[in-house]
Amino acid sequence: MSAHAVLKQTPLHDEHVRLGAKMVDFGGWSMPVQYSGIIDEHNAVRGGLGVFDISHMGQFFTEGPDALGWLNDLLTNNVERLAVGECQYTFLLNDSAGVIDDLIVYRIGDTSFLMVVNAAKIDEDFAWMRSHLRDGVEFHNRSDQFAGLAVQGPRSAQLFDAFFHEKFSRPARNEILTVAFDGQTYYIARTGYTGEDGFEVFCPAKYAVKSWNDILRKGAEFGIKPCGLGARDTLRLEMCYPLNGSDLSPETTPIEAGLSIFVDLHKPHFIGREALLRQKQEGVKRRLVPFKMTDTSPPPRSHYAVYKDNQKIAETTSGTLSPTLKIGIGMAYIPTEFARINEQIEIEIRGKRFPAVIEKKPLHRAGSASA
Amino acid sequence: MNVPEDLQYASTHEWLRLDGADGTVGISDHAQAELTDVVYVELPKTGAQVTAGQQVCVVESVKAASDIYSPISGTITAVNDALTGNPALINTDPYGEGWIFKIKVEAGEEIEELKSPVQYREQISGGSGEGEGV
Repeated sequence: MSAHAVLKQTPLHDEHVRLGAKMVDFGGWSMPVQYSGIIDEHNAVRGGLGVFDISHMGQFFTEGPDALGWLNDLLTNNVERLAVGECQYTFLLNDSAGVIDDLIVYRIGDTSFLMVVNAAKIDEDFAWMRSHLRDGVEFHNRSDQFAGLAVQGPRSAQLFDAFFHEKFSRPARNEILTVAFDGQTYYIARTGYTGEDGFEVFCPAKYAVKSWNDILRKGAEFGIKPCGLGARDTLRLEMCYPLNGSDLSPETTPIEAGLSIFVDLHKPHFIGREALLRQKQEGVKRRLVPFKMTDTSPPPRSHYAVYKDNQKIAETTSGTLSPTLKIGIGMAYIPTEFARINEQIEIEIRGKRFPAVIEKKPLHRAGSASA
Repeated sequence: MNVPEDLQYASTHEWLRLDGADGTVGISDHAQAELTDVVYVELPKTGAQVTAGQQVCVVESVKAASDIYSPISGTITAVNDALTGNPALINTDPYGEGWIFKIKVEAGEEIEELKSPVQYREQISGGSGEGEGV
């Protein structure tokens, strides 16, 4: 634990320390990896309620008569499909269709949009997007001014009602509410990264501590637990949600990652489109697929070798012990010829190979998000 | 954190309980708390000859794999097979049912190299900054 570099802190840093969180360096941020324990927090979210600090993530705002057209030329999904108050998952690609970042774009007004991007990519995304900026579009990085709290779990809707009673009705899945609360603008989206029902709240940074403590206090009757990045990772991996930097990179495309449904190739133009069309025509050589260990094994982790018929065919990009399934799980880019459900593979862990099987997405199917 | 008085400690957070030349080894309460949620233990091999400071097995939490080092030289005489089915014993009872292996100690004078409970308590309270591993 020799964190000599100066780590960035979210507005909730002191609250995490006060709650006894174990803090780690996450992409240059001092973040809580766990409070009571990863499995305990994971189970709280699957079975009840948890809250995560996601203030490290970035918030970009854009508006103007051509903001929609500009975004549609930069992002893979079709922003035109969004009504005001709706959001979509999408990709920011480089010219060869490699993933710069995966993000959510929210249409918060007729000509205004909020984007939530990965913490480690804030500067790169902003520079890339700004280098393509055009007249008639305003574009701002307000990541430092906003905090983010993710309330996740099947009891999230009850907590929402406890806060707002009849004042606001809950946004539907993939919708966002802009509300004035305590005299401030809060964005409350029905989104998340866990597979459970939940809300992501973006509020002014100076209201982060108050919001966090209000949520913990009001959430107490629903058994809420503060949750760290450790549980966030096991929850998202059970759902096969990719993590940029592990499962996505500038060397991989959304087609290879099996996420084509978030790419609209019918759009006349967006950065990376030509490369994607070519890849679609020629067929991909590898695909990102989830796997499950078939026997007791050490937990798989990223960068473990994957074998088929004694040949190394890939490396894992993510891995963990699934607290819900109680067995090792992970993901890897597998050559297309083997990237089939029920295909038997082996994962090499400390020089020994353990059997695994390629599975269908998601690995956990009972999440309340799909309810 | 619980640091029993009757044990010796390595700076890498293993404890050693000695009964003559018969030693028992596990990891400290502090170490298990840092790891949390032990989900897999790769036990050493009975009969293996090991030297003090040698990596002999691996304890894995959800988040990370941690190497476990022998605090003393000797021959491993037994391993705690109960950890295979219930690795969380390391969390729930690190100085009892969560023991990892037993060792026939060869060089008794190596005990001098280990930390007393007072010294180990000082280390984990942030004093010395020593200690790799867990």
